[in-house]
Amino acid sequence: MASNSLFGPIDPATDAGYEAAPPRMGFFTDTSVCIGCKACEVACKEWNLVPDDGFNLLGQSYDNTGGLSANSWRHVAFIEQPARAHTTMPAAPQSNVAAARTDVRTGTEPGIGPAVDALAAAGTAGPEFLGMPMSDLPGRSGDGERTDFRWLMMSNVCKHCTHAGCLDVCPTGSLFRTEFGTVVVQEDICNGCGYCIPACPYGVIDRRQDDGRAWKCTLCYDRLGDGLTPACAKACPTESIQFGELDVLRERADARLATLQEQGETTARLYGEDQGDGVGGDGAFFLLLDEPEVYGLPPDPEVATKYLPDMWKRAGLAALGMVASAVVAFAGRRR
Amino acid sequence: MGSNMAEAHPVGFQWVVEAKLRGAKVIHIDPRFTRTSALAHTFVPVRAGADIAILGGVINYILTNEKDFREYVLAYTNASTLVSEDFRDTEDLDGLFSGYDPETNTYDQSSWAYQGHEEELGGTTHTERETAAGLQQESHGPPIPGDVARDDTLQDPRCVYQVLKRHYARYTPEVVAQICGVPEEKFLEVCEAWTRNSGRERTTALVYSVGWTQHSVGVQYIRTGAIIQLLLGNMGRPGGGVMALRGHASIQGSTDIPTLFNLLPGYLPMPTYDQHETFREWVDSIRHPGQKGFWANAEAYAVSLLKSYFGDAATAENDWGYGWLPRMTGDHGTYQQVMDMIDGKIKGYFLLGQNPAVGSAHGRAQRLGMANLDWLVVRDPYMIESATFWKSGPEIATGEIKTEECRTEVFFMPAASYAEKEGTFTQTQRMLQWREQAVEPPGDARSELWFFFHLGRRIRERLAGSTLPRDEGILKLAWDYPMHGARGDEPDAAEVLKEINGYDLTTGQLLTTFNQMKPDGSTSGGCWIYTGVFADGVNQAARRRPGQEQSWVAPEWGWAWPANRRILYNRASADPDGRPWSERKAYVWWDTENNEWTGHDVPDFEKTKPPSYRPPEDATGVQAISGDDAFIMQGDGKGWLYAPSGLIDGPMPTHYEPAESPARNPLYGQQANPTRKVYDRPDNLTNPSPPERHSEIYPYVFTTSRLTEHHTAGGMSRQLPYLAELQPEMFVEVSPQLAAERGLHHLGWAHVITARTAIEARVLVTDRLVPLRIEDRTIHQIWLPYHWGNEGVVTGDSANDLVGLALDPNVLIQESKVGTCDIQPGRRPIGPALLRYVADYQQRAGLAPDHHTPIVTTSEDGNHGEQ
Repeated sequence: MASNSLFGPIDPATDAGYEAAPPRMGFFTDTSVCIGCKACEVACKEWNLVPDDGFNLLGQSYDNTGGLSANSWRHVAFIEQPARAHTTMPAAPQSNVAAARTDVRTGTEPGIGPAVDALAAAGTAGPEFLGMPMSDLPGRSGDGERTDFRWLMMSNVCKHCTHAGCLDVCPTGSLFRTEFGTVVVQEDICNGCGYCIPACPYGVIDRRQDDGRAWKCTLCYDRLGDGLTPACAKACPTESIQFGELDVLRERADARLATLQEQGETTARLYGEDQGDGVGGDGAFFLLLDEPEVYGLPPDPEVATKYLPDMWKRAGLAALGMVASAVVAFAGRRR
Repeated sequence: MGSNMAEAHPVGFQWVVEAKLRGAKVIHIDPRFTRTSALAHTFVPVRAGADIAILGGVINYILTNEKDFREYVLAYTNASTLVSEDFRDTEDLDGLFSGYDPETNTYDQSSWAYQGHEEELGGTTHTERETAAGLQQESHGPPIPGDVARDDTLQDPRCVYQVLKRHYARYTPEVVAQICGVPEEKFLEVCEAWTRNSGRERTTALVYSVGWTQHSVGVQYIRTGAIIQLLLGNMGRPGGGVMALRGHASIQGSTDIPTLFNLLPGYLPMPTYDQHETFREWVDSIRHPGQKGFWANAEAYAVSLLKSYFGDAATAENDWGYGWLPRMTGDHGTYQQVMDMIDGKIKGYFLLGQNPAVGSAHGRAQRLGMANLDWLVVRDPYMIESATFWKSGPEIATGEIKTEECRTEVFFMPAASYAEKEGTFTQTQRMLQWREQAVEPPGDARSELWFFFHLGRRIRERLAGSTLPRDEGILKLAWDYPMHGARGDEPDAAEVLKEINGYDLTTGQLLTTFNQMKPDGSTSGGCWIYTGVFADGVNQAARRRPGQEQSWVAPEWGWAWPANRRILYNRASADPDGRPWSERKAYVWWDTENNEWTGHDVPDFEKTKPPSYRPPEDATGVQAISGDDAFIMQGDGKGWLYAPSGLIDGPMPTHYEPAESPARNPLYGQQANPTRKVYDRPDNLTNPSPPERHSEIYPYVFTTSRLTEHHTAGGMSRQLPYLAELQPEMFVEVSPQLAAERGLHHLGWAHVITARTAIEARVLVTDRLVPLRIEDRTIHQIWLPYHWGNEGVVTGDSANDLVGLALDPNVLIQESKVGTCDIQPGRRPIGPALLRYVADYQQRAGLAPDHHTPIVTTSEDGNHGEQ
C-alpha cells in the first residue's frame, strides 16, 4: 500500500492494483443547466431495475424523492430561493415548509430519511423551520447582490470518491474499485453488515429495507464495460449530466465556471473537483450556483479512514507505552 | 410566453439551453415561476388571460418609438395598404369593431376590407364560426384581392400602419402594468430586449404553447405575437419566427391529416351541405378563380385526394366521387358533440389516444355525455377513466351516474404504445420523423392502423352487396394495403405513407412534388403538402444523418412539409432585391449569376422568378405573385399586420378579459370577446364577471398546466410507478399571501370551487406564485396540474372538472387556461353533499338555471352597464 493511499491525490484504479487501467471515468453535473426533469432518476431505475421509492408527496418544492437512497441512485434537489434584495418577488414570511419530513422507509433507521438531504428540504423552509436556533437556512438570505427569485435544481449522485470510505470499511470485499476508478457494490457478495453506511461522508450508500443489502450508483459499470454512456447522462436532455474522462471533465468544468463568473454568477463554484479535499476529489463532481449546504451537501467532506494511519500510529504508541510501563513495573518489582 | 417549455417540452428545451450557452438572452413571461423561468435570464410575472395587453403594449412601444424594421415592413407586410373608409375600431365603438350583429354575435366584415374591396367580403361569419373555419388558414391566408391601394409613405390615416398605431396607442406601459400586473420597468426591459435584438443583423424567436391557444381569444393572442414579429422583421428568417409548441406528439400531424371535423387532408375544407353542393362549388371556394397565389392549383390537390380515397372508382364523370364525402351541417366540434351526447343525439363514440373524462374541459359534462351513449369504444394501453366512468367515476359518488342504470356499452380495445408500432410523427416544425417498431405489442394490443384497417374491412364485408346510397362511399373506398409483421395482418405503414405522398397513376411512379399533381385524375395523393416525403422511392422521413455531418439547416434529418422546407416564407430572409439582409443572417438569396433562388434552405419561392418580376395586369394564380411578394400563400403576397378577412373576432387583436375574470376590462365597455362561442345551458354555467354582480363569490384566478413528470391526462404516467412516484398526488400551488388569507397550510388539504364543481388537492405554498397588483386591488392566482383522475397507481381529483366551456370563435378551442374560482381549506364534501355545496355557491353567485351571461357589455347597451 502506497504511503498516501488513504488521502490526497492519487489515481484510484492504479492504486487499487490495476495495471494499465483505462482513464478514470466520472460525471460532471452542471447544475446551471439542470431543468429538473428527473429523466436521470427514471433512466437510472429503468436500466438498473431499482424499485420505486414510495408514493409520497414530500412538499419539498418539486422533490418527492427526498434524497439518495437504496432505491434512488439519482436524486434531483429543488431549492426555492426568494429574492434577497426584493423587486418583483419578495420573500414571504409565511412560506414555511412544515418540516423536512419524509416517509421514505429506506433510511438506515426506520422513519428517518437520509440525513444529508433533510438539509435540502430545509432549503425551502422559512425562519421557523423546526424551531432550530438559527436565524435562517443556508442560502435563504444574505447580503448577496441577487435581486430575483431563484429556483435551483441539482441532480445528486454517488461521488465515487478517490478515497472511498464505504470501500475502505467493507469487510466482505463486496465494494470494490473498478478499472474505471469508480466504486461498485457487488450485490451477490454484500452481507448487509451496514458498515459502509456511516463511512460515507455524503450519506449516499444505503441499505434496502426488504433485503438488507447496501445499494448505490454503479456509474452503470455494466454499460461502461460496453463503451456506453451511463443511463442518467444519456437521458439528460440539457447535458447537465456529463459523462467522460475525469481529466477532460475537469477542464470543461473550469472553463464553464470561468464563463459563468464572467457573466456575473459570482457565487458559482465547483464542488468535489479539488483533489486536495478530504476525499481526494470526487469521481462525480458538480458545478453549484450557491454554497454546498444549500443543496444539502456537506461543505467539507472527509473520508473517515483518512486518519487511519494516525490512529494506528497512536494505537501503536499507546501499545508501546503500555509495554514500556509493564516493563517498568516488572523491572521495578524485581528491584 | 404561454409556454412552460422546460417542463412540457424538456427535450426541445435543450436547444434553448444551447442557445443560451451561445449567448442568447431568454425571457419567460408567465403567470407563475416555472422550471422554464428558472433557466431564463428574466422572468416576468403576468396575469393569466392578459397577454394581448402586454403584447399590445410592445406593439405600441415599437410604433411610438419607430423601432420597426422599416424596409422589411414596407416590402413584406401590408403596412402601407389602405383600409376601407367604413372601418371603425374598438377605440371608437367601446370594444367592438364595425359590423357587429348582436343577433348572431358575429361580424359583417365588409367594412374591414381593404379600400375599394368592401363589396367582396359581405355577410355575417356565423357559419365560419360554427365550422371553425380559421383552421383552414394553417397553410394559407384567406382569399383577398391582390390589387390594393397603398401609401408607401405610411402617412395616410387609413393605411394599416396608422390604423394599427391608433389601435394600440392606449396600450402604454402604465396601462400594461394596470391590466397585467407587470411592473413598468420589467415591461420596458422586455420591449428593449426584443427590439434591440431584431433587425438586419439579429433576429428574435417567439415561442408559445397551449398557454396561448386555450383562451376565448386564443387565436388573437398568436396574431399579436405575429404582428410584433412582422414589425421587427423576424419572420421568414433564421433565428426568428413564431414557434408553436404543440400539446402532444404529432398534433401537427393530426391537423395536417386531420382528426378534425372541419378539415380534409392538407387544409382542404370539409364541404358544408348548403354551400358546397357540387364539386365545382367546393373547389372554387378553395381556389378562388381570378386571384393570385398558389391555391389556384387547389383543384389538382382535391382531385388527387379523391383519387387516393376512391381509386379507380373516382372518375371525371362522377366528379371524382365528391358526392361520397360527408357534409357538415353546423358545429360538430368536440364540445358540441358532448352536449349532443348529453341530449341523446349521439349514439356511438370512438375514443383513441384520448381520455376526455380527465383530459378535456368540463369533465363532468364529458362523463355525463359518455354515460348517455349506446356504445363507446375506448382504445388505450391502460384502463383509463374514460373506460371506467360508469363504475368508478366521480358521478358514481354523487349519484348522477348509477352503474346498473348506465346504458352505455363500453368496448375496451388494448392499444399498442408508440414503441410497438411503426409510422411517423409530425412535430411542431412540420417535420415528419419515421419511427420503427421496437417490440411487438403484448397480448391483444394492436396499432391504430391495424384497428382501422380491419374495422373498415369488416364493415365493407358486412355492407357488401348493399345498394343503399349511404353505403356507396364506403364500398367504393380503395381499401387495399399489403400486410406484414409478426402476425401477417399488420398493414404496412410505409405503403400508407406512399399513398399519402401520391403517385403518377399513368406510370405508377411516386410523385416528388405537389407541382406534379393534376386535376385530370392522372395523379393521386392523400395529402398534397406531404408530397415529396417519399420522393425518389425513399422514405425521406426516416433520414437520420447526424447534425455534424451536414449543413446547419440539417435538411437530411427527417422531412418537413412543404418540399422539405425548414423555414416558411424564407424569401423574406433576403431584401426586396434578393440580397441577404446581412451576412450574419444570410439564408436564401437570389443568385445573379445563375439567375435563380438559392441558399441554405429550399427557397420558399419560384426558383427562377427574379426579385424584379412584376406581374402583368390581368395575371392570376401563381403568375400574379410579384418578385418581392415573400408571403406567397397570402392573397396579396404580404404578411398581415391587419387581417381584413379570415378572423371571426376582429382584424386586429384587442384586449378582452377572459370569459371568467375578477376584473372589469379597463380599456373598453366590452368585457370579453363578443364573438366567443358559448354553450349557454344550465349544465355549463359561467362564473359571473364584471359588470355582472357577484364576481366576488369566485374571487381568484386559476390556471392549469402540466408537470414534466406526467403525461397529459395521466394514462401513460400515473400507471407507471417510476413516473407516478415523482409527482404522487394532486396538488394546488398558492402564494404565501393567499395561504394566509384563506388559512391554507403547506401539505394540508384545500378544495377549489367553480360553478361546475369542487375538487380537492394538497396545498403547496410557494413563492413561485405572486399576488399581482391590478388597478387598485390584489389579484391572487392559483395553479393546478391537470394530470389526475381516479384510475392508476396514483389518483386524485381532476382539474379539468373545474373548467367551463367558452370557446375561441375561430377554431373552437376551450378557454381552459384561465377561469375564476374560490379556494377553501380542507377537503371537499363527498357524495350528494358535493352537489349541494356547489349549488350553494351558484345560488350566492346569482347563477339560477335560467341565468344567461351577457355577451355584449358596451356602454351603449344600457342593460349591462356598470352596477
